[in-house]
Amino acid sequence: MSIMKEEIQERHCLAALVDNEAGVLARVIGLFSGRGYNIESLTVAEVDHEGHTSRITIVTTGTPMIIEQIKAQLGRLVPVHKVVDLTVEYDSIEREMALVKVVGTGEKRVESLRLSEAFRARVIDTTHSSFVFELTGAPSKIDAFVNLMRPLGLVEVSRTGVVAIGRGASNM
Amino acid sequence: MPSPQMSGAEIVVQALVDQGVDVIFGYPGGAVLPIYDALFKTDKIRHVLVRHEQAAAHAAEGYARSTGKPGVFLVTSGPGATNAVTGLADALLDSIPVICLSGQVASHLIGSDAFQEADTVGITRPCTKHNWLVKRPEDLSRTLHEAFYVAKSGRPGPVVVDLPKDIQFAEAVYRGPENITHKTYVPKLKGDLKVITEVADMIGKAERPIFYTGGGVINSGPAASQLLRELARATGFPVTSTLMGLGAFPASDKQWIGMLGMHGTVEANYAMHDCDLMICVGARFDDRVTGRIDKFSPGSKKVHIDIDPSSINKTVRVDVPIVGDVAHVLEDLVRVWKAKGRQTNKQAVARWWQQIDEWRHVKCLEYKPYKDKIRPQQAIQCLYEAVKDKDIYISTEVGQHQMWAAQHFHFEEPNRWMTSGGLGTMGYGFPAAIGAQVAHPKSLCIDIAGDASILMNMQEMSTAVQYDLPVKVFILNNGYMGMVRQWQELLHGGRYSHSYTDALPDFVKLADAYGGKGIRVEHPDELEDKIAEMIETPGPVLFDCVVVTEENCYPMIPSGAAHNEMLFGTEKESHEVSEEGKILV
Repeated sequence: MSIMKEEIQERHCLAALVDNEAGVLARVIGLFSGRGYNIESLTVAEVDHEGHTSRITIVTTGTPMIIEQIKAQLGRLVPVHKVVDLTVEYDSIEREMALVKVVGTGEKRVESLRLSEAFRARVIDTTHSSFVFELTGAPSKIDAFVNLMRPLGLVEVSRTGVVAIGRGASNM
Repeated sequence: MPSPQMSGAEIVVQALVDQGVDVIFGYPGGAVLPIYDALFKTDKIRHVLVRHEQAAAHAAEGYARSTGKPGVFLVTSGPGATNAVTGLADALLDSIPVICLSGQVASHLIGSDAFQEADTVGITRPCTKHNWLVKRPEDLSRTLHEAFYVAKSGRPGPVVVDLPKDIQFAEAVYRGPENITHKTYVPKLKGDLKVITEVADMIGKAERPIFYTGGGVINSGPAASQLLRELARATGFPVTSTLMGLGAFPASDKQWIGMLGMHGTVEANYAMHDCDLMICVGARFDDRVTGRIDKFSPGSKKVHIDIDPSSINKTVRVDVPIVGDVAHVLEDLVRVWKAKGRQTNKQAVARWWQQIDEWRHVKCLEYKPYKDKIRPQQAIQCLYEAVKDKDIYISTEVGQHQMWAAQHFHFEEPNRWMTSGGLGTMGYGFPAAIGAQVAHPKSLCIDIAGDASILMNMQEMSTAVQYDLPVKVFILNNGYMGMVRQWQELLHGGRYSHSYTDALPDFVKLADAYGGKGIRVEHPDELEDKIAEMIETPGPVLFDCVVVTEENCYPMIPSGAAHNEMLFGTEKESHEVSEEGKILV
């Protein structure tokens, strides 16, 4: 096991197309917990309402051998149509949306609004003492924004987790 | 002709008939009464009543393993289903196709903590290949046929179909299996021909090759075993096998070098360590096989043929993976090999065989019989000699007796050997032998057992008696949980913590109480006669073979050691196991 530990941990974004049937998400999550794999984020929604298929996007970390295992283990689940590793098989784009609530007045409130413009965040709710910002971008951009808001009265964050898609004309 | 309306329970029975099922194992209860009523009205399906649902699962496994057909069992909701969980997990780890039909409380009661309610699909999700809760009567027939398809296809495994009681009463149109296709699950059977050709090239160049075969050869069907023999003959390479693969290659063949792994032979393990080409056929580099993984066969190129892509590079990185069914891949490999009149490196392979023969001369399985006490190896050997020419099916429980059986009983054909390899389930062997006996009423079905294991499903003696199943239970009785005791001796300073059974039953009287026959043997001189008596007895027998108490199973690769660091238990060896090794099971 010692050699495994020394191997580099990599971050990968996997997408799985699955039948939207009862328990399918439990199968995927159970696979990760049962085999001790990491989940950084997981998003799921039906993408074909007629065909009842959902797309699950999973961000995970592991050694290259573990990542390969995760992909193979996902692939052998009966309701899974296809699994792709968007990190290696595609040049892909990752996006995440966050809703960020900042509470404060005076200079801090002005500063948070000014910074939100730099991040192209939108104000979707406001009171005299609060903003809710909507922000879309790569996870690192959202991390940066959240960190900037911390001293300015950050009270609550809700994030969707990553969704991703390959660039160019080809599809998964 | 319009498709007939049937009740859900009738659909279940009809689907089983259409899938070619003639026998199921089961235990009734409130949530499956409609199905039991439908079974009452048909003579197309035979039902074998077990005495515990775990045994129903293992009997279905034994049936499946000995016939190559899926085994089917029926249990009620709640405790019926939870009792079956061990059997399902066992079938998952050993890739045995079984179909579990479980009753469930009525749909409107699900989630209300109703009487005998359990979240069966939730509980069995990680220990099945797939499972279904049938929510609409119109889905029932398709789901049942899909369950058979999933259980049998690709890497076989257990499935559960959970059937709420209202679905069993509801009327629906029955659909036959003909029009069922699966939209997502289509395993790849043929291997990549380019890669197979590459393997043929590697075979031609190999100097120290070995075939490392496993249960996948047996699961792939009889053709796979034939093709393995053909390929072995064509190349002249040595063949070893995992516990699960015994019988795929005949043990009497001169190219057979015995089982490998923790209690494998010296020749098999040393050859695995020193080889330059390892061709893994339907095996999965289990930790019992590899020993210490960073010292596993350091100098070899590894080819891995497996139908399950997730088996490849799971624990051991291989050089040439081939995803496909063993029979399909071997067929192509044999054809490619023979097409161009390819040759192996005969000189080098002859030198390799010289080396293997030297290891063989160690005679690692040899033992000296005692005058007044029976050694367990001797008991197995004596049993083997007595039954080897008969039509036999052998199952085992789990522990020392299992390893001695694997070492000293020799198999010539696939599907004759049933053992719990992956999960290591004590209590597996007796119901598995019952399942095999149901499938092969005229054959001699023997469960090689230990005194501790047999007590885990002892109640099945009642089943054997009820259905006139003449299963023989060959108990190696040493009073200990022998393998636990052996590990305590090697790893825990001989402190035999709770591994001794102080109040064993009198197995002869126990057999008698059930209506079977008991035979007790204590002296080596009477072994042969008593075994003959056992074989001649028409009904089920508990054969209580009293053996020496503190025998260890050797050779052995201790935990955390490599293939070439075996213990023999003969001369003074240091039993020092590293701290890292002690953590491993």
